[in-house]
Amino acid sequence: MMLPKEYRTISNLSGPLMMVEKIEEVSYDEIAEIRLSNGELRRGRVLEISETKALVQVYEGSTGIDVNTTQIRFLGDVLKLPVSKDMLGRIFNGRGDPIDDGAPIIAEAYLDVNGDPINPYSRDFPSEFIQTGISTIDGMNPLVRGQKLPIFSGSGLPHNQIAAQIARQATVISGHANFAVVFAAMGITFEEASFFMEDFRKTGALERTVMFVNLADDPAIERISTPRLALTCAEYLAFEKDMHVLVILTDLTNYCEALREISAARKEVPGRRGYPGYLYTDLATMYERAGRLRGKDGSITQLPILTMPEDDKTHPIPDLTGYITEGQIILSRGLHRKGIYPPVDVMPSLSRLKDKGIGKGKTREDHADLMNQLFAAYSRGKEAKELAVILGESALSDEDKAFAKFADLFENKYVRQGEYENRTIEETLLLGWELLTIVPIKELKRVRDEYIDKYLKPLIEAKKDEKLDTEEA
Amino acid sequence: MATPNAIEGFIAKISGPLVIAKGMAGTCMFDVVRVGNAGLVGEIIELKDDTASVQVYEETSGLMPGEPVISTGEPLSVELAPGLIEEFFDGIQRPLESIEKKAESPYILRGISVPAVNRTKKWSFVPCVETGADVSVGDFLGSVQETVLVDHKVMVPHGIEGKVTQIKQGDFTVEETIAVVTDSKGKDHNITLLQRWPVRKPRPVVKRLPPVIPLTTGQRVIDTFFPIARGGTACVPGPFGSGKTVIQHQLAKWADAEIVVYIGCGERGNEMTDVLLEFPELEDPRSGQPLMKRTLLIANTSNMPVAAREASIYTGITIAEYFRDMGYSVALMADSTSRWAEALREMSGRLEEMPGEEGYPAYLGTRLASFYERAGRAICFGSDGREGAISVIGAVSPPGGDLSEPVTQNTLRVTKVFWGLDAQLAYQRHFPAINWLSSYSLYTQTLGEHWDAIYDGEWSVYRTEAMSLLEDEDKLKEIVRLVGVEALSKEERMVLETSKSIREDFLHQNSFHEIDTYASMDKQFKMLRNILTFHRLGMQVLTRGGLLRSVIDLPIRDEIARMRYTEESELASLDVLETTIKTELGKISAAGGDLDDVA
Repeated sequence: MMLPKEYRTISNLSGPLMMVEKIEEVSYDEIAEIRLSNGELRRGRVLEISETKALVQVYEGSTGIDVNTTQIRFLGDVLKLPVSKDMLGRIFNGRGDPIDDGAPIIAEAYLDVNGDPINPYSRDFPSEFIQTGISTIDGMNPLVRGQKLPIFSGSGLPHNQIAAQIARQATVISGHANFAVVFAAMGITFEEASFFMEDFRKTGALERTVMFVNLADDPAIERISTPRLALTCAEYLAFEKDMHVLVILTDLTNYCEALREISAARKEVPGRRGYPGYLYTDLATMYERAGRLRGKDGSITQLPILTMPEDDKTHPIPDLTGYITEGQIILSRGLHRKGIYPPVDVMPSLSRLKDKGIGKGKTREDHADLMNQLFAAYSRGKEAKELAVILGESALSDEDKAFAKFADLFENKYVRQGEYENRTIEETLLLGWELLTIVPIKELKRVRDEYIDKYLKPLIEAKKDEKLDTEEA
Repeated sequence: MATPNAIEGFIAKISGPLVIAKGMAGTCMFDVVRVGNAGLVGEIIELKDDTASVQVYEETSGLMPGEPVISTGEPLSVELAPGLIEEFFDGIQRPLESIEKKAESPYILRGISVPAVNRTKKWSFVPCVETGADVSVGDFLGSVQETVLVDHKVMVPHGIEGKVTQIKQGDFTVEETIAVVTDSKGKDHNITLLQRWPVRKPRPVVKRLPPVIPLTTGQRVIDTFFPIARGGTACVPGPFGSGKTVIQHQLAKWADAEIVVYIGCGERGNEMTDVLLEFPELEDPRSGQPLMKRTLLIANTSNMPVAAREASIYTGITIAEYFRDMGYSVALMADSTSRWAEALREMSGRLEEMPGEEGYPAYLGTRLASFYERAGRAICFGSDGREGAISVIGAVSPPGGDLSEPVTQNTLRVTKVFWGLDAQLAYQRHFPAINWLSSYSLYTQTLGEHWDAIYDGEWSVYRTEAMSLLEDEDKLKEIVRLVGVEALSKEERMVLETSKSIREDFLHQNSFHEIDTYASMDKQFKMLRNILTFHRLGMQVLTRGGLLRSVIDLPIRDEIARMRYTEESELASLDVLETTIKTELGKISAAGGDLDDVA
């Protein structure tokens, strides 16, 4: 085979993009290797191509590239990742090279990092409940296998701790052990990355984890490929090796910034806030790689983390994400200030697949009703508390007072839990019913009577007995 | 598909889904082309001299300048034949099941070409005309029982008129001739079960009619408060998480249409899988057959090629028009038109067109309008003068829930029903989260006449009364927020209680509850009547000096709250409840309004 031609015809450099002239036989989306005058090698990808010119995006950034001596050759293929089961326990950079001083990976296959769209006909519907041990997720916004559920956070909120806790504690009730974590860091600080590494190492999770790390001081352009490498690896583990893979992507905001940078360098017509018009499609090609396939045992569950600029949910990044993902877990600064961990704001949080993953045979028959009732009661309690702020507590009716008290207890007992506290679903459900004992039964319109009789009444009786006992004493 | 005189050019430039091809002189706008050695499907969207801009419906990576681009000389068309119902297509009518079989992979690989309808399956054709009959465009030649619910009529295609010189009966594939029609010039036309129609050209009708018949959906807030007519258009905008897709699914399930076309346009893959798995299990409340037997799905999920997303809504509406022409009432759901508009924007950006608002092309409004105009009730071609209708329900996903954005605004200009979804209601888990104060339906008047004729003129009265109670509630709540509930008179507090009951016991509907998910019009009417009867009589007690708590603490209110769980077969119990309400409140009224006195 003929060696690929080397070109020295770079004509134009702008940001991470360069124009190469007089090219022949180059295809769209092809990978290129760029050799700088000092011998350094970089990689790039063809973004646009015409008969004689190619627009190349340089992954490691264009610093140090000149138009005279830099050489470029096109490798005749799209970006591929060598994959193998030995990747478990290893750490890679954003280009897919190992950075943990271990041996290079002996590839079992080379896979196109862009992947192909999953045929919707071939999908299997996610319906297996994952117990994360966190009440606000398990009880109120249950996660199921094959779901994509992002955490919408803000700067300074403990989203990393929550993600690590989920990675540590996630199990399915049926007790399937073939579980792996693929972790992609995009533009996060060394400190944050080492938090995850340390945490995984301490808990022994590292050996079933693959990490792709692009730190804040690594080239921003690499962030475009980092999550795709991670998802390609996850697809291999899930659908070739039958593993249940949890993919943590952090922080999507940095990814989108990098995308905007390239779009601006290409002088494209911007959509909202300068982000490219295809941001939705681009994000979708990543998020939609989560799921289950018919006839395959494995699954990919995605847990992307994004920090909302100024905690603004309508910012294009969280907004478009919310339209693609199957719900969202929203963290609240207010709860965080009150010292409540995890500060999950259950009202705007949502798991769209909850109804498929809970109920008889999956969690428990009363789960759905109880969940709806807790939502309604918490919502009413918060309203009552707002009213009390304006008019004073005395203006509240007895019911409203009960609900206000419920809202406080809900935050302090149900939402609040320890970073290493792993609650089973039964514990979470019981806690929910216990909290409901303080509001009048006739106000509980969202639960079926049979469940009230079965789950709530015994608790109320027990409470009465206790009260009597103490009074007698 | 290439014809002998096909025009062949070559690729000059590739930018994502846009390919510029040279040497294309002689091609027409919107002709379908095969791009590159892989033979990817594309469509010409711009012509300059011999240069054509092609939007490619498949992933373009790996294409190289110089590769051939071959014109098929035909615009993008759909195949219309038995075998459409129960099928699951992508945006350019490729059946996804066949793609999976052919690709032997759960992924959609590139360049796969599969026929839209099965070529080998035999359908049993029963003719309804005899040799010698004179037929013109749209006349029935016979029919094929496509599914239990769909009798697929075979019509004389457009452009053909004459005498039936041959007609067959028996089992045929879609490509076999089932009839021969000889026109006045003596030319024979072979007619097969399969016909083709270009997607961007509306199928003509004889005459359009105003929509006056309701399309019931089983959803109380829609049917009673903001109804849609057969042949009407509705738009459902809402921020994410407000339940757009659930509403679309509910309508696809329970709308009393004969054919349902569901287009998942740039949305989640799992949602389509959900429909695919769930619909065969669900039973149509009218026929008792699985809902899938009248449904066809078009899916172009968000990760599938963006250009095909643009085509998907046209593919869907053309198929809908075909069934309308048979005289059916068709309901089409598009989820979501915003994703379609974004695909339009992306292609427009790559064509370097001058952007309009928020980067959308200036022709966004006209494109949207011409799509929604393909809805409607009409007299179809055919000498029997039959009527058909297409109702279109489009979801809109406004960024950040901001309704002032171009897609929502342009949609609102052409649709007649607006179901505004409210994030606040969704947080409170009030579903469907349709805001009763901001939503509207321009069909209320005409459809009200229809229902009044059935319910002795009471329907409009109850509806208006309920709406004004909800309006009053909004104002009263403002006062409560400022000065507390004590400042209200007992009548005003009664209004608050009743509107709460309307909200919680009537408008709120649990789509996951086996009974509550669907309410017939009879049930809806009786429920609202009972709530308002309680209100009217309660007010009477209060004006006679009765105490508020003697009314609102009545245990019968729990029964009102449980009306939603009444099975369709036991609706008589709602009439019993009305009588009980009357006696109970009558007792209090008679006793001077104090509950304690009664006891």
